[in-house]
Amino acid sequence: MSVFEGFKFRSASSPVHQLDPRVKFFYVCIVFAVAVMFNKLLPLLLLFLIQIPFILVAGVQREWIRSMKGASVLALIIFTMNFVFSYFMPASVPGVEPPIDTPLEYVLIFERSLTMTFRFIVLVESFSVFFLTTSPDRLSLALEQSHVPYELCFAFTTAVRFVPVLAQEAQTIMDAQRARGLELERGNFVKRVKNYVPILIPLIVNAIRRSLELAEAMESRAWGASEKRTNLYVLKMKKEDYSLILLSLIMLVSAIYAWLFIPIPSLTTFLSF
Amino acid sequence: MIEVKDAFFAYPNGIEALSRVSLTIRNGEFVAIMGQNGAGKTTLVKLFNGLLKPTKGEVLVDGVNTRKVSVANLARKVGFVFQNADHQLFCETVEEEVAFALRNFGFKEKTVRKRVSWALNLLDLTEYRQASPFMLSGGERKRVALASVLAWNPKVLILDEPTIGQDHQQKDKLRQFIVQLNAQGKTVVVVTHDVEFVAECAPRVVLMAQGNIVADGSAEEILTDRDLVTKASIVSPQITQIFLELEDLGLPNKVINVHDGGRVLLNFLEGRLHERV
Repeated sequence: MSVFEGFKFRSASSPVHQLDPRVKFFYVCIVFAVAVMFNKLLPLLLLFLIQIPFILVAGVQREWIRSMKGASVLALIIFTMNFVFSYFMPASVPGVEPPIDTPLEYVLIFERSLTMTFRFIVLVESFSVFFLTTSPDRLSLALEQSHVPYELCFAFTTAVRFVPVLAQEAQTIMDAQRARGLELERGNFVKRVKNYVPILIPLIVNAIRRSLELAEAMESRAWGASEKRTNLYVLKMKKEDYSLILLSLIMLVSAIYAWLFIPIPSLTTFLSF
Repeated sequence: MIEVKDAFFAYPNGIEALSRVSLTIRNGEFVAIMGQNGAGKTTLVKLFNGLLKPTKGEVLVDGVNTRKVSVANLARKVGFVFQNADHQLFCETVEEEVAFALRNFGFKEKTVRKRVSWALNLLDLTEYRQASPFMLSGGERKRVALASVLAWNPKVLILDEPTIGQDHQQKDKLRQFIVQLNAQGKTVVVVTHDVEFVAECAPRVVLMAQGNIVADGSAEEILTDRDLVTKASIVSPQITQIFLELEDLGLPNKVINVHDGGRVLLNFLEGRLHERV
Protein backbone atom coordinates (compact mmCIF):
# COMPACT_ATOMS: atom_id res chain seq x y z
CA MET A 1 0.00 0.00 0.00
CA SER A 2 3.07 2.23 0.08
CA VAL A 3 2.20 3.41 -3.44
CA PHE A 4 -0.69 5.46 -1.98
CA GLU A 5 1.80 7.25 0.28
CA GLY A 6 3.28 8.71 -2.89
CA PHE A 7 -0.01 10.49 -3.63
CA LYS A 8 -0.91 11.59 -0.12
CA PHE A 9 -0.57 15.28 0.68
CA ARG A 10 2.47 16.21 2.79
CA SER A 11 2.05 19.47 4.64
CA ALA A 12 5.09 21.75 4.20
CA SER A 13 5.78 25.35 3.31
CA SER A 14 7.93 24.94 0.19
CA PRO A 15 7.51 27.25 -2.83
CA VAL A 16 5.92 24.33 -4.72
CA HIS A 17 3.34 23.88 -1.95
CA GLN A 18 2.52 27.61 -2.13
CA LEU A 19 1.77 27.54 -5.86
CA ASP A 20 -1.83 27.94 -6.96
CA PRO A 21 -3.36 24.44 -7.48
CA ARG A 22 -4.91 25.60 -10.77
CA VAL A 23 -1.48 26.54 -12.10
CA LYS A 24 0.02 23.27 -10.89
CA PHE A 25 -2.79 21.39 -12.59
CA PHE A 26 -2.20 23.37 -15.78
CA TYR A 27 1.48 22.36 -15.60
CA VAL A 28 0.52 18.69 -15.06
CA CYS A 29 -1.80 18.88 -18.10
CA ILE A 30 1.01 20.30 -20.24
CA VAL A 31 3.34 17.51 -19.06
CA PHE A 32 0.58 15.03 -19.91
CA ALA A 33 0.09 16.51 -23.40
CA VAL A 34 3.83 16.58 -24.14
CA ALA A 35 4.26 13.01 -22.87
CA VAL A 36 1.50 11.81 -25.19
CA MET A 37 2.88 13.85 -28.11
CA PHE A 38 6.22 12.02 -28.39
CA ASN A 39 6.93 8.43 -29.31
CA LYS A 40 10.67 8.69 -28.78
CA LEU A 41 12.64 7.93 -25.65
CA LEU A 42 14.77 11.10 -25.51
CA PRO A 43 11.98 13.70 -25.00
CA LEU A 44 10.29 11.52 -22.40
CA LEU A 45 13.57 11.11 -20.54
CA LEU A 46 13.97 14.89 -20.64
CA LEU A 47 10.42 15.35 -19.35
CA PHE A 48 11.20 12.96 -16.50
CA LEU A 49 14.33 14.91 -15.54
CA ILE A 50 12.67 18.34 -15.79
CA GLN A 51 10.40 17.46 -12.89
CA ILE A 52 13.12 16.41 -10.48
CA PRO A 53 13.96 20.01 -9.40
CA PHE A 54 10.27 20.47 -8.44
CA ILE A 55 10.47 17.36 -6.26
CA LEU A 56 13.66 18.55 -4.60
CA VAL A 57 12.33 22.07 -3.96
CA ALA A 58 9.11 20.62 -2.51
CA GLY A 59 11.18 18.30 -0.28
CA VAL A 60 8.98 15.29 -1.06
CA GLN A 61 11.70 13.07 -2.54
CA ARG A 62 11.12 10.21 -0.07
CA GLU A 63 7.38 10.01 -0.82
CA TRP A 64 8.04 10.44 -4.54
CA ILE A 65 10.45 7.48 -4.46
CA ARG A 66 7.69 5.45 -2.81
CA SER A 67 5.26 6.28 -5.61
CA MET A 68 7.93 5.35 -8.15
CA LYS A 69 8.57 2.05 -6.38
CA GLY A 70 4.83 1.36 -6.35
CA ALA A 71 4.55 2.22 -10.04
CA SER A 72 7.55 0.05 -10.95
CA VAL A 73 5.48 -3.16 -10.97
CA LEU A 74 2.97 -1.66 -13.39
CA ALA A 75 5.83 -0.14 -15.40
CA LEU A 76 7.39 -3.59 -15.73
CA ILE A 77 4.07 -5.01 -16.96
CA ILE A 78 3.75 -2.15 -19.50
CA PHE A 79 7.29 -2.79 -20.72
CA THR A 80 6.74 -6.55 -21.06
CA MET A 81 3.37 -6.18 -22.80
CA ASN A 82 4.76 -3.61 -25.24
CA PHE A 83 7.79 -5.76 -25.99
CA VAL A 84 5.67 -8.86 -26.57
CA PHE A 85 3.07 -7.07 -28.73
CA SER A 86 5.71 -5.15 -30.72
CA TYR A 87 7.51 -8.44 -31.33
CA PHE A 88 4.42 -10.22 -32.63
CA MET A 89 2.92 -7.16 -34.38
CA PRO A 90 6.04 -5.32 -35.56
CA ALA A 91 4.15 -3.22 -38.10
CA SER A 92 3.32 -0.73 -35.30
CA VAL A 93 7.03 0.05 -34.79
CA PRO A 94 8.58 2.23 -37.54
CA GLY A 95 11.66 0.65 -39.11
CA VAL A 96 10.77 -2.89 -38.10
CA GLU A 97 9.66 -5.43 -40.72
CA PRO A 98 8.75 -9.05 -40.03
CA PRO A 99 10.56 -11.35 -39.60
CA ILE A 100 12.60 -9.68 -36.85
CA ASP A 101 16.12 -10.91 -37.34
CA THR A 102 18.53 -7.99 -36.94
CA PRO A 103 19.91 -6.46 -33.72
CA LEU A 104 18.70 -3.06 -35.00
CA GLU A 105 15.09 -4.26 -35.04
CA TYR A 106 15.42 -5.64 -31.51
CA VAL A 107 16.82 -2.30 -30.33
CA LEU A 108 13.90 -0.47 -31.99
CA ILE A 109 11.37 -2.73 -30.26
CA PHE A 110 13.25 -2.30 -26.99
CA GLU A 111 13.23 1.48 -27.41
CA ARG A 112 9.50 1.54 -28.21
CA SER A 113 8.72 -0.50 -25.07
CA LEU A 114 10.97 1.67 -22.93
CA THR A 115 9.35 4.82 -24.35
CA MET A 116 5.85 3.61 -23.45
CA THR A 117 7.08 2.72 -19.98
CA PHE A 118 8.67 6.13 -19.52
CA ARG A 119 5.48 7.82 -20.68
CA PHE A 120 3.65 6.05 -17.86
CA ILE A 121 6.41 6.92 -15.36
CA VAL A 122 6.32 10.61 -16.35
CA LEU A 123 2.54 10.71 -15.85
CA VAL A 124 2.78 9.04 -12.44
CA GLU A 125 5.64 11.37 -11.51
CA SER A 126 3.75 14.56 -12.38
CA PHE A 127 0.52 13.49 -10.68
CA SER A 128 2.49 12.35 -7.64
CA VAL A 129 4.13 15.79 -7.29
CA PHE A 130 0.75 17.47 -7.76
CA PHE A 131 -1.04 15.45 -5.06
CA LEU A 132 1.95 15.44 -2.67
CA THR A 133 2.07 19.24 -2.66
CA THR A 134 -1.62 20.18 -2.94
CA SER A 135 -3.88 19.90 0.10
CA PRO A 136 -7.41 18.57 -0.55
CA ASP A 137 -8.78 21.85 0.83
CA ARG A 138 -6.85 23.99 -1.64
CA LEU A 139 -7.75 21.57 -4.39
CA SER A 140 -11.44 21.95 -3.58
CA LEU A 141 -11.04 25.72 -3.48
CA ALA A 142 -9.32 25.67 -6.87
CA LEU A 143 -12.13 23.62 -8.38
CA GLU A 144 -14.78 25.90 -6.88
CA GLN A 145 -13.04 29.01 -8.18
CA SER A 146 -12.87 27.36 -11.59
CA HIS A 147 -16.71 27.33 -11.50
CA VAL A 148 -17.02 23.58 -11.05
CA PRO A 149 -20.33 22.89 -9.17
CA TYR A 150 -19.70 22.54 -5.43
CA GLU A 151 -21.30 19.07 -5.28
CA LEU A 152 -18.72 17.79 -7.77
CA CYS A 153 -15.85 19.54 -5.93
CA PHE A 154 -16.93 17.97 -2.69
CA ALA A 155 -17.26 14.50 -4.23
CA PHE A 156 -13.80 14.81 -5.76
CA THR A 157 -12.02 16.02 -2.62
CA THR A 158 -13.81 13.44 -0.48
CA ALA A 159 -12.63 10.71 -2.85
CA VAL A 160 -9.05 12.03 -2.56
CA ARG A 161 -9.30 12.19 1.23
CA PHE A 162 -10.56 8.61 1.41
CA VAL A 163 -7.68 7.05 -0.52
CA PRO A 164 -5.42 6.66 2.56
CA VAL A 165 -8.40 5.51 4.65
CA LEU A 166 -9.21 2.83 2.09
CA ALA A 167 -5.55 1.80 1.93
CA GLN A 168 -5.52 1.32 5.69
CA GLU A 169 -8.77 -0.59 5.57
CA ALA A 170 -7.46 -2.84 2.80
CA GLN A 171 -4.51 -3.71 5.04
CA THR A 172 -6.82 -4.60 7.95
CA ILE A 173 -8.98 -6.75 5.67
CA MET A 174 -5.88 -8.51 4.35
CA ASP A 175 -4.81 -9.20 7.94
CA ALA A 176 -8.28 -10.52 8.82
CA GLN A 177 -8.30 -12.93 5.86
CA ARG A 178 -4.71 -14.03 6.37
CA ALA A 179 -5.68 -14.84 9.96
CA ARG A 180 -8.26 -17.23 8.43
CA GLY A 181 -5.60 -19.04 6.45
CA LEU A 182 -5.79 -17.11 3.16
CA GLU A 183 -2.44 -17.10 1.37
CA LEU A 184 -2.46 -14.32 -1.20
CA GLU A 185 0.70 -15.44 -2.95
CA ARG A 186 -0.31 -19.09 -3.32
CA GLY A 187 -1.23 -20.78 -6.58
CA ASN A 188 -0.99 -19.94 -10.28
CA PHE A 189 -1.88 -16.55 -11.79
CA VAL A 190 -5.66 -17.21 -11.93
CA LYS A 191 -5.68 -18.49 -8.34
CA ARG A 192 -3.72 -15.46 -7.16
CA VAL A 193 -6.23 -13.12 -8.78
CA LYS A 194 -9.07 -15.11 -7.14
CA ASN A 195 -7.29 -14.82 -3.79
CA TYR A 196 -8.05 -11.10 -3.86
CA VAL A 197 -11.85 -11.61 -3.97
CA PRO A 198 -12.07 -11.94 -0.14
CA ILE A 199 -10.20 -8.63 0.09
CA LEU A 200 -12.11 -6.69 -2.55
CA ILE A 201 -15.68 -7.59 -1.53
CA PRO A 202 -15.42 -6.35 2.10
CA LEU A 203 -13.48 -3.32 0.89
CA ILE A 204 -16.19 -2.34 -1.62
CA VAL A 205 -19.06 -3.15 0.75
CA ASN A 206 -17.46 -1.08 3.53
CA ALA A 207 -16.75 1.81 1.14
CA ILE A 208 -20.42 1.87 0.07
CA ARG A 209 -21.58 1.65 3.70
CA ARG A 210 -19.19 4.44 4.68
CA SER A 211 -20.36 6.68 1.84
CA LEU A 212 -24.01 6.16 2.85
CA GLU A 213 -23.16 6.97 6.47
CA LEU A 214 -21.25 10.05 5.35
CA ALA A 215 -24.20 11.20 3.24
CA GLU A 216 -26.57 10.78 6.19
CA ALA A 217 -24.20 12.60 8.54
CA MET A 218 -23.88 15.46 6.05
CA GLU A 219 -27.61 15.72 5.43
CA SER A 220 -28.23 15.80 9.18
CA ARG A 221 -25.82 18.73 9.41
CA ALA A 222 -27.75 20.67 6.76
CA TRP A 223 -25.41 20.10 3.84
CA GLY A 224 -26.53 22.11 0.83
CA ALA A 225 -28.87 24.31 2.87
CA SER A 226 -27.32 27.59 1.77
CA GLU A 227 -27.76 28.43 -1.90
CA LYS A 228 -24.77 30.70 -2.24
CA ARG A 229 -21.57 29.54 -0.58
CA THR A 230 -18.75 31.84 0.40
CA ASN A 231 -15.18 30.89 1.36
CA LEU A 232 -12.94 32.17 4.11
CA TYR A 233 -9.89 31.77 1.90
CA VAL A 234 -9.74 32.84 -1.74
CA LEU A 235 -6.98 31.77 -4.12
CA LYS A 236 -5.04 34.63 -5.69
CA MET A 237 -2.47 34.29 -8.46
CA LYS A 238 1.04 35.43 -7.51
CA LYS A 239 4.24 36.18 -9.40
CA GLU A 240 5.46 32.59 -8.97
CA ASP A 241 2.20 31.27 -10.43
CA TYR A 242 2.54 33.40 -13.56
CA SER A 243 6.15 32.22 -13.87
CA LEU A 244 5.03 28.57 -13.84
CA ILE A 245 2.35 29.30 -16.46
CA LEU A 246 5.01 30.91 -18.64
CA LEU A 247 7.37 27.97 -18.10
CA SER A 248 4.60 25.51 -18.98
CA LEU A 249 3.73 27.42 -22.15
CA ILE A 250 7.40 27.60 -23.18
CA MET A 251 7.60 23.84 -22.62
CA LEU A 252 4.48 23.25 -24.75
CA VAL A 253 5.58 25.54 -27.60
CA SER A 254 9.11 24.05 -27.62
CA ALA A 255 7.62 20.55 -27.63
CA ILE A 256 5.32 21.38 -30.58
CA TYR A 257 8.22 22.96 -32.45
CA ALA A 258 10.46 19.94 -31.80
CA TRP A 259 7.66 17.57 -32.79
CA LEU A 260 7.08 19.41 -36.07
CA PHE A 261 10.56 20.45 -37.16
CA ILE A 262 13.34 18.64 -35.27
CA PRO A 263 14.15 15.02 -36.15
CA ILE A 264 14.50 13.38 -32.75
CA PRO A 265 17.33 10.85 -32.61
CA SER A 266 16.58 7.34 -31.43
CA LEU A 267 18.70 4.90 -29.43
CA THR A 268 19.99 3.38 -32.64
CA THR A 269 21.71 6.70 -33.54
CA PHE A 270 23.70 6.62 -30.29
CA LEU A 271 24.49 2.95 -30.61
CA SER A 272 25.70 3.71 -34.19
CA PHE A 273 23.64 1.08 -36.01
CA MET B 1 2.37 -21.77 24.82
CA ILE B 2 2.90 -18.13 23.78
CA GLU B 3 6.15 -16.50 24.79
CA VAL B 4 7.02 -12.91 23.96
CA LYS B 5 10.66 -12.16 24.71
CA ASP B 6 11.87 -8.56 24.79
CA ALA B 7 9.77 -7.69 21.77
CA PHE B 8 9.88 -4.30 20.11
CA PHE B 9 7.64 -3.25 17.26
CA ALA B 10 7.68 -0.09 15.16
CA TYR B 11 5.30 0.66 12.27
CA PRO B 12 6.75 1.80 8.92
CA ASN B 13 5.81 5.41 9.76
CA GLY B 14 8.25 5.22 12.68
CA ILE B 15 5.70 4.98 15.51
CA GLU B 16 7.02 2.60 18.14
CA ALA B 17 3.99 0.59 19.26
CA LEU B 18 5.80 -1.88 21.54
CA SER B 19 8.93 -1.34 23.52
CA ARG B 20 10.65 -4.30 25.19
CA VAL B 21 7.55 -6.35 25.97
CA SER B 22 7.90 -9.75 27.66
CA LEU B 23 4.93 -11.95 28.37
CA THR B 24 4.16 -15.65 28.78
CA ILE B 25 0.69 -17.07 28.24
CA ARG B 26 0.33 -20.67 29.33
CA ASN B 27 -2.03 -23.30 27.89
CA GLY B 28 -5.61 -22.91 29.08
CA GLU B 29 -5.15 -19.43 30.49
CA PHE B 30 -7.73 -16.67 30.18
CA VAL B 31 -6.00 -13.32 29.69
CA ALA B 32 -7.49 -9.87 29.20
CA ILE B 33 -5.20 -7.26 27.67
CA MET B 34 -6.31 -3.79 28.71
CA GLY B 35 -5.12 -0.22 28.32
CA GLN B 36 -5.94 3.07 26.66
CA ASN B 37 -6.18 3.62 22.89
CA GLY B 38 -2.76 3.40 21.27
CA ALA B 39 -1.26 1.47 24.20
CA GLY B 40 -0.16 -1.32 21.84
CA LYS B 41 -2.78 -3.97 22.75
CA THR B 42 -3.81 -4.94 19.21
CA THR B 43 -0.21 -4.73 18.00
CA LEU B 44 0.81 -7.16 20.75
CA VAL B 45 -1.84 -9.75 19.88
CA LYS B 46 -1.04 -9.44 16.17
CA LEU B 47 2.42 -10.75 17.08
CA PHE B 48 0.82 -13.94 18.43
CA ASN B 49 -0.36 -15.19 15.02
CA GLY B 50 2.48 -13.71 13.01
CA LEU B 51 0.46 -10.95 11.31
CA LEU B 52 3.18 -8.67 12.64
CA LYS B 53 6.73 -9.77 13.30
CA PRO B 54 8.67 -8.08 16.11
CA THR B 55 11.28 -5.60 14.89
CA LYS B 56 13.50 -6.80 17.76
CA GLY B 57 13.12 -9.70 20.17
CA GLU B 58 11.09 -12.82 19.45
CA VAL B 59 7.69 -14.42 19.81
CA LEU B 60 7.36 -18.18 20.26
CA VAL B 61 4.13 -20.10 19.76
CA ASP B 62 4.44 -23.69 21.01
CA GLY B 63 8.20 -23.15 20.89
CA VAL B 64 8.17 -22.08 17.23
CA ASN B 65 9.53 -18.65 16.34
CA THR B 66 6.79 -16.70 14.52
CA ARG B 67 9.39 -15.31 12.11
CA LYS B 68 10.03 -18.79 10.74
CA VAL B 69 6.45 -19.81 9.89
CA SER B 70 3.70 -18.36 7.74
CA VAL B 71 0.60 -16.64 9.13
CA ALA B 72 -1.55 -19.44 7.66
CA ASN B 73 0.52 -21.98 9.57
CA LEU B 74 0.19 -20.09 12.85
CA ALA B 75 -3.48 -19.32 12.28
CA ARG B 76 -4.20 -23.05 12.51
CA LYS B 77 -3.22 -22.82 16.21
CA VAL B 78 -4.06 -19.19 16.96
CA GLY B 79 -7.52 -18.03 15.89
CA PHE B 80 -8.02 -14.27 15.71
CA VAL B 81 -11.45 -12.61 15.71
CA PHE B 82 -11.08 -9.04 14.49
CA GLN B 83 -12.81 -6.09 16.09
CA ASN B 84 -14.92 -5.29 13.04
CA ALA B 85 -16.66 -8.33 11.56
CA ASP B 86 -17.24 -6.37 8.34
CA HIS B 87 -13.52 -6.60 7.64
CA GLN B 88 -13.81 -10.30 6.92
CA LEU B 89 -17.32 -11.10 5.66
CA PHE B 90 -17.49 -11.60 1.91
CA CYS B 91 -19.35 -14.83 1.09
CA GLU B 92 -22.90 -15.15 -0.23
CA THR B 93 -24.10 -17.24 2.70
CA VAL B 94 -23.25 -17.58 6.38
CA GLU B 95 -22.47 -21.25 5.75
CA GLU B 96 -19.88 -20.39 3.08
CA GLU B 97 -18.36 -17.75 5.34
CA VAL B 98 -17.82 -20.25 8.15
CA ALA B 99 -16.43 -22.82 5.71
CA PHE B 100 -13.92 -20.36 4.17
CA ALA B 101 -11.07 -20.90 6.63
CA LEU B 102 -11.69 -24.65 6.82
CA ARG B 103 -11.19 -24.91 3.05
CA ASN B 104 -8.07 -22.74 3.26
CA PHE B 105 -6.66 -25.17 5.80
CA GLY B 106 -7.41 -28.09 3.50
CA PHE B 107 -10.08 -29.90 5.53
CA LYS B 108 -12.01 -32.60 3.65
CA GLU B 109 -15.46 -31.52 2.41
CA LYS B 110 -17.24 -33.97 4.75
CA THR B 111 -15.35 -32.53 7.74
CA VAL B 112 -16.03 -28.98 6.53
CA ARG B 113 -19.80 -29.63 6.52
CA LYS B 114 -19.67 -31.23 9.96
CA ARG B 115 -17.63 -28.42 11.50
CA VAL B 116 -19.74 -25.70 9.92
CA SER B 117 -22.89 -27.22 11.44
CA TRP B 118 -21.15 -27.54 14.81
CA ALA B 119 -19.94 -23.91 14.82
CA LEU B 120 -23.31 -22.53 13.65
CA ASN B 121 -25.11 -24.51 16.32
CA LEU B 122 -22.62 -23.35 18.97
CA LEU B 123 -23.33 -19.70 18.22
CA ASP B 124 -27.07 -20.00 17.62
CA LEU B 125 -26.75 -19.26 13.93
CA THR B 126 -28.25 -22.40 12.37
CA GLU B 127 -31.39 -20.55 11.22
CA TYR B 128 -29.20 -18.08 9.28
CA ARG B 129 -27.26 -20.81 7.50
CA GLN B 130 -28.42 -19.78 4.01
CA ALA B 131 -28.75 -16.05 4.79
CA SER B 132 -26.37 -13.43 3.41
CA PRO B 133 -23.97 -12.27 6.15
CA PHE B 134 -24.46 -8.70 4.90
CA MET B 135 -28.18 -8.82 5.78
CA LEU B 136 -27.60 -9.73 9.43
CA SER B 137 -27.55 -7.31 12.36
CA GLY B 138 -24.25 -6.06 13.80
CA GLY B 139 -24.34 -8.51 16.71
CA GLU B 140 -25.18 -11.44 14.41
CA ARG B 141 -22.36 -10.51 12.04
CA LYS B 142 -19.98 -10.54 14.99
CA ARG B 143 -21.21 -14.03 15.90
CA VAL B 144 -20.66 -15.21 12.31
CA ALA B 145 -17.08 -13.90 12.52
CA LEU B 146 -16.58 -15.79 15.79
CA ALA B 147 -18.13 -18.98 14.37
CA SER B 148 -15.88 -18.76 11.32
CA VAL B 149 -12.84 -18.86 13.62
CA LEU B 150 -14.12 -21.41 16.14
CA ALA B 151 -14.97 -23.76 13.27
CA TRP B 152 -11.37 -24.94 12.96
CA ASN B 153 -11.05 -25.25 16.74
CA PRO B 154 -7.80 -23.33 17.28
CA LYS B 155 -5.88 -23.93 20.52
CA VAL B 156 -5.74 -20.23 21.23
CA LEU B 157 -8.60 -17.82 20.64
CA ILE B 158 -7.86 -14.09 20.41
CA LEU B 159 -10.80 -11.70 20.49
CA ASP B 160 -10.21 -8.04 19.70
CA GLU B 161 -12.84 -5.86 21.42
CA PRO B 162 -15.55 -8.55 21.37
CA THR B 163 -18.13 -6.52 23.31
CA ILE B 164 -18.24 -3.42 21.09
CA GLY B 165 -21.70 -2.96 19.57
CA GLN B 166 -23.28 -5.78 21.59
CA ASP B 167 -26.37 -5.26 23.72
CA HIS B 168 -26.36 -6.32 27.37
CA GLN B 169 -27.96 -9.70 26.70
CA GLN B 170 -25.56 -10.57 23.88
CA LYS B 171 -22.62 -9.41 25.97
CA ASP B 172 -23.68 -11.65 28.81
CA LYS B 173 -24.12 -14.61 26.44
CA LEU B 174 -20.70 -13.92 24.96
CA ARG B 175 -19.14 -13.79 28.43
CA GLN B 176 -20.69 -17.12 29.40
CA PHE B 177 -19.58 -18.60 26.10
CA ILE B 178 -15.97 -17.43 26.47
CA VAL B 179 -15.79 -18.63 30.08
CA GLN B 180 -17.15 -22.00 28.97
CA LEU B 181 -14.60 -22.28 26.16
CA ASN B 182 -11.83 -21.49 28.62
CA ALA B 183 -13.19 -24.04 31.12
CA GLN B 184 -12.95 -26.64 28.32
CA GLY B 185 -9.22 -25.92 28.08
CA LYS B 186 -8.99 -23.32 25.33
CA THR B 187 -6.51 -20.50 25.82
CA VAL B 188 -8.44 -17.23 25.50
CA VAL B 189 -6.92 -13.78 25.01
CA VAL B 190 -9.31 -10.83 25.00
CA VAL B 191 -8.30 -7.30 24.04
CA THR B 192 -10.81 -4.92 25.59
CA HIS B 193 -11.62 -1.57 27.14
CA ASP B 194 -14.71 -2.99 28.81
CA VAL B 195 -13.84 -3.10 32.53
CA GLU B 196 -17.27 -4.40 33.56
CA PHE B 197 -16.87 -7.33 31.15
CA VAL B 198 -13.41 -8.11 32.53
CA ALA B 199 -14.67 -7.80 36.10
CA GLU B 200 -17.42 -10.34 35.40
CA CYS B 201 -15.03 -12.80 33.72
CA ALA B 202 -12.22 -12.25 36.29
CA PRO B 203 -9.31 -13.38 34.09
CA ARG B 204 -5.61 -12.61 34.40
CA VAL B 205 -5.19 -8.97 33.38
CA VAL B 206 -2.25 -7.58 31.44
CA LEU B 207 -2.33 -3.80 31.63
CA MET B 208 -0.58 -1.79 28.92
CA ALA B 209 0.39 1.85 28.56
CA GLN B 210 2.53 3.50 25.87
CA GLY B 211 3.80 0.24 24.38
CA ASN B 212 4.76 -1.33 27.70
CA ILE B 213 3.22 -3.79 30.12
CA VAL B 214 2.67 -1.79 33.31
CA ALA B 215 0.97 -4.52 35.33
CA ASP B 216 0.21 -8.21 35.13
CA GLY B 217 -1.98 -9.94 37.70
CA SER B 218 -5.48 -10.97 38.67
CA ALA B 219 -8.43 -8.79 37.66
CA GLU B 220 -9.10 -8.17 41.36
CA GLU B 221 -5.56 -6.91 42.02
CA ILE B 222 -5.41 -4.65 39.00
CA LEU B 223 -8.89 -3.17 38.75
CA THR B 224 -8.86 -2.16 42.41
CA ASP B 225 -5.47 -0.42 42.25
CA ARG B 226 -6.18 3.30 41.87
CA ASP B 227 -2.65 4.18 40.72
CA LEU B 228 -2.53 1.48 38.07
CA VAL B 229 -5.90 2.26 36.52
CA THR B 230 -4.99 5.95 36.40
CA LYS B 231 -1.64 5.14 34.80
CA ALA B 232 -3.35 3.08 32.09
CA SER B 233 -6.17 5.63 31.62
CA ILE B 234 -8.94 3.16 32.38
CA VAL B 235 -11.68 3.43 34.96
CA SER B 236 -12.43 0.83 37.65
CA PRO B 237 -15.87 -0.83 37.50
CA GLN B 238 -18.57 1.24 39.21
CA ILE B 239 -19.00 -1.31 42.00
CA THR B 240 -15.24 -1.12 42.70
CA GLN B 241 -15.42 2.67 42.84
CA ILE B 242 -18.24 2.47 45.42
CA PHE B 243 -16.29 0.03 47.60
CA LEU B 244 -13.14 2.16 47.31
CA GLU B 245 -15.17 5.17 48.51
CA LEU B 246 -16.52 3.14 51.44
CA GLU B 247 -13.08 1.89 52.44
CA ASP B 248 -13.09 4.14 55.55
CA LEU B 249 -16.12 2.30 56.92
CA GLY B 250 -14.02 -0.83 57.13
CA LEU B 251 -15.46 -2.50 54.03
CA PRO B 252 -13.07 -4.63 51.95
CA ASN B 253 -11.93 -2.80 48.81
CA LYS B 254 -11.05 -5.73 46.55
CA VAL B 255 -14.48 -5.97 44.95
CA ILE B 256 -14.84 -5.96 41.19
CA ASN B 257 -18.29 -7.30 40.39
CA VAL B 258 -21.82 -7.04 41.71
CA HIS B 259 -21.95 -10.67 42.80
CA ASP B 260 -18.86 -10.29 45.00
CA GLY B 261 -20.07 -6.89 46.17
CA GLY B 262 -23.39 -8.33 47.34
CA ARG B 263 -21.66 -11.16 49.19
CA VAL B 264 -19.15 -8.85 50.86
CA LEU B 265 -21.83 -6.38 51.88
CA LEU B 266 -24.02 -9.14 53.33
CA ASN B 267 -21.09 -10.51 55.38
CA PHE B 268 -20.23 -7.01 56.57
CA LEU B 269 -23.81 -6.25 57.64
CA GLU B 270 -24.11 -9.65 59.35
CA GLY B 271 -20.88 -8.91 61.25
CA ARG B 272 -22.19 -5.52 62.35
CA LEU B 273 -25.48 -7.09 63.41
CA HIS B 274 -23.66 -9.69 65.55
CA GLU B 275 -21.59 -6.89 67.15
CA ARG B 276 -24.79 -5.02 68.10
CA VAL B 277 -26.47 -8.14 69.44
